[in-house]
Amino acid sequence: MTDIPSDTRTAAPSTGEEGAAPRARAGAPLADPAAERRRARRSRRYRWDMKWSPYALIAPFFLFFIAFGLFPLLYTGWASLHRVELGTPTDMEWVGLRNFSRLLEDEFFWNALRNTFTIGLISTVPQLLMALGLAHLLHYRLRGSMFFRVAILTPYATSVAAATLVFVLMFSRTDHGMINWALGLVGVDAVDWQNGDWTAQIAVSSIVIWRWTGYNALIYLAAMQAIPNDLYESAALDGASRWQQFRHVTIPSLRPTILFTCVVSTIGATQLFGEPLLFSQGASPTGGSDHQFQTLGLYLYEQGWFNQHLGRSSAIAWTMFLILVLIGLLNWAISRWIRRSA
Amino acid sequence: MASLKKRGAGRQLHGGKLAYAVLILFTIGSLFPLVWTAIAASRNNTRLAETPPPFWFGGNLFKNLEIAWTDANMGTALLNTLVVAGTITVGTVLFSTLAGFAFAKLRFRFRGLLLLLVVGTMMVPPQLSVVPLFMMVAEFGWTDQLQSVILPTLVSAFGVFFMRQYLIEALPTEVIEAARVDGASSLRLIWHVVFPAARPAMAVLGMLTFVMAWNDFFWPIIALTQGGEPTVQVALAGLGRGQIPDQSVIMAGALLGTLPLLIAFVLFGKQIVGGIMQGAVKG
Repeated sequence: MTDIPSDTRTAAPSTGEEGAAPRARAGAPLADPAAERRRARRSRRYRWDMKWSPYALIAPFFLFFIAFGLFPLLYTGWASLHRVELGTPTDMEWVGLRNFSRLLEDEFFWNALRNTFTIGLISTVPQLLMALGLAHLLHYRLRGSMFFRVAILTPYATSVAAATLVFVLMFSRTDHGMINWALGLVGVDAVDWQNGDWTAQIAVSSIVIWRWTGYNALIYLAAMQAIPNDLYESAALDGASRWQQFRHVTIPSLRPTILFTCVVSTIGATQLFGEPLLFSQGASPTGGSDHQFQTLGLYLYEQGWFNQHLGRSSAIAWTMFLILVLIGLLNWAISRWIRRSA
Repeated sequence: MASLKKRGAGRQLHGGKLAYAVLILFTIGSLFPLVWTAIAASRNNTRLAETPPPFWFGGNLFKNLEIAWTDANMGTALLNTLVVAGTITVGTVLFSTLAGFAFAKLRFRFRGLLLLLVVGTMMVPPQLSVVPLFMMVAEFGWTDQLQSVILPTLVSAFGVFFMRQYLIEALPTEVIEAARVDGASSLRLIWHVVFPAARPAMAVLGMLTFVMAWNDFFWPIIALTQGGEPTVQVALAGLGRGQIPDQSVIMAGALLGTLPLLIAFVLFGKQIVGGIMQGAVKG
C-alpha cells in the first residue's frame, strides 16, 4: 500500500476539510500558491501516514512484547549459566554448564520429570477421550443443548486455586471426606489420597480433568460441526451404523483438531504448578512429604524461591523448554506418519 | 439464532435417552464441586469432619464469608484482581486489535518476519521467563505492587494472531481502500472502520483474556511474594497455607474468588461458548 501512484495520492484527499467536493478543480487549473502549499503539505502528511502508521500500530505491542516477553525469554538462558541468589539477583557469577550438570545428578529432578510425565499422561488421555465422547453427544439434536454446553464449560471459569482447595477437602484422607465416603458406600476402604504415591497423582490429575474436559469437548464439537453432512449421508446409505460413522467419518475428520488438543494439553501438563502446590499440606513446594507429586514447575519454584537458586531455576526452565521442543518434533513426526499411512 | 443454523449444518439425528443420561451425569459432575463449595462454606469445621458429609446448606454462610472477607483479605484481593484483570483485558484487546489489523491488512517491511516471531513465541511456557521477570521486578522496586503483575501480561501474542485471523476475512480490503480514497487518515480509518468491524472478535478476546487474567496463578504468586497486595488467587493460596485453619472459611474464600466469574458465566455463557468454538475453528 505504500506505493500508490502519485496522482491518486494527491487527488483524493487534497481539497475540502472532509474530503468534500474538489474546490480547486472548479477554479483555475493553477491554484494560488497558498492552496498549492497546503495541498503539498497534506499530501506529504498522507504519505508519511501511509509509510509509518503500520509501525505505530504494532509498536505498543512490540514494546511490551520485547521488554516483558522476548528479553526475559533469552535472558533465562544467560541466567542459567550463572550462579544467582534470590536475595541478590544482580550479583551473577559465571559457572558455565554447572547448573545443568548438577540438575542431571539430582534425583529430585528425575523424580519431578517422571511425575510430570505420569500426571500428564493420566490427566490428558482420559480427559481427551471423555471430551471426544461428550462432543459426539452434544452434536446430536438435543433439547437444552446450550445449557449442557455452558454447564460442562463452567469448571473452566474456576481458578486452579479455588478448584484445588475444594478437591483437597473432597479428597480428605479419613472416611469423612466426600470421596472416601462415597467409596465406602460401595465397600472400598478409605484411601490416603495425599500421602499415597499413585493416589496423590490420580487426585491431582482429577483436578486437571475436571477443569479442562468441557473446554476440549467444545473444541471438538466446533470441529465436528464443520464436517460436511453428506459424508454422513453417504455413510448411512452404505449401511454404516452410528458407531461406524463415528469411527470412520468423525474421527478421521477430526484428526488435525485431535492433534492440536494433544499438543495444547501436553504443553499444559508440562507446566502443571498450582494443582500440586496447593494439593500438598500447607501448600509446600515439595509436592507431598515424599515429593510424590512434585512436578517440574513446582521443582523450579522450590529451587528458585525456597532454596534461593535462581540460576538453577533458570536451568530447569530451559530443560522444560527443550523437552517441549522434543515433544513438538515427535508430534510433528507422528502426524506426518499418520498422514502418510492414511 | 446462530445455534439453530449450526445445528442445521450438522447431522439431524436426535439424541436418545442414553445421550441425555450421560450428559446429565457430566453436568452434575461439572457443577457438583462448585455447589459443594457453597455448601461447605455454609457449614462449620465440626460438621465438615462428620460422616456423611453435608449435602445441604447450613446457616453459617454469611459468618464465614465475613471472616474470609476481613481476615483473609478477600475484599482487597477482589478489588486488586478486578483492577489487574480489567487493565490486562483493555490493554490486550486494544493492542491486539491495532497490531492484528496491521498484520492483516497493511504492508510494511519485515511484516512476515515479525509475525513469525509473534506466532513462534506463542507456545513458549511462562516458566521460561519467570526468573528474569522476577529480577526486573526486584530491580525496579515493584515487588508486591500490582504493576508487576499487569505489565508483563498486558499484551498477548495469541491476541494479535487471533485478531489478525479474524480481520483478514471480516474486513474487506476494498472498504479500507474506499476510506483511503475518501482521504481518511489512519487514525480515522481505525476508529470508523477497523474497530466496528473487529467488535465481535474484540468481545470474544476480551472475555477469554478476562477469565485468564482473573485465574492467573503462577506469576502473581511469585511477583506478589509478601502478600501485601494479593490478587484473589494469591489470597486463596494463603488460605491453603493454613493462615485460616477453618475449612468452611477456606471454602467461603474459594466461593468469593469464583463467584464473579460464575455470575459472568450465567450472564454470558452462550457468548463464551460461542467464542471458544469460534476460536477453535479459526485457531
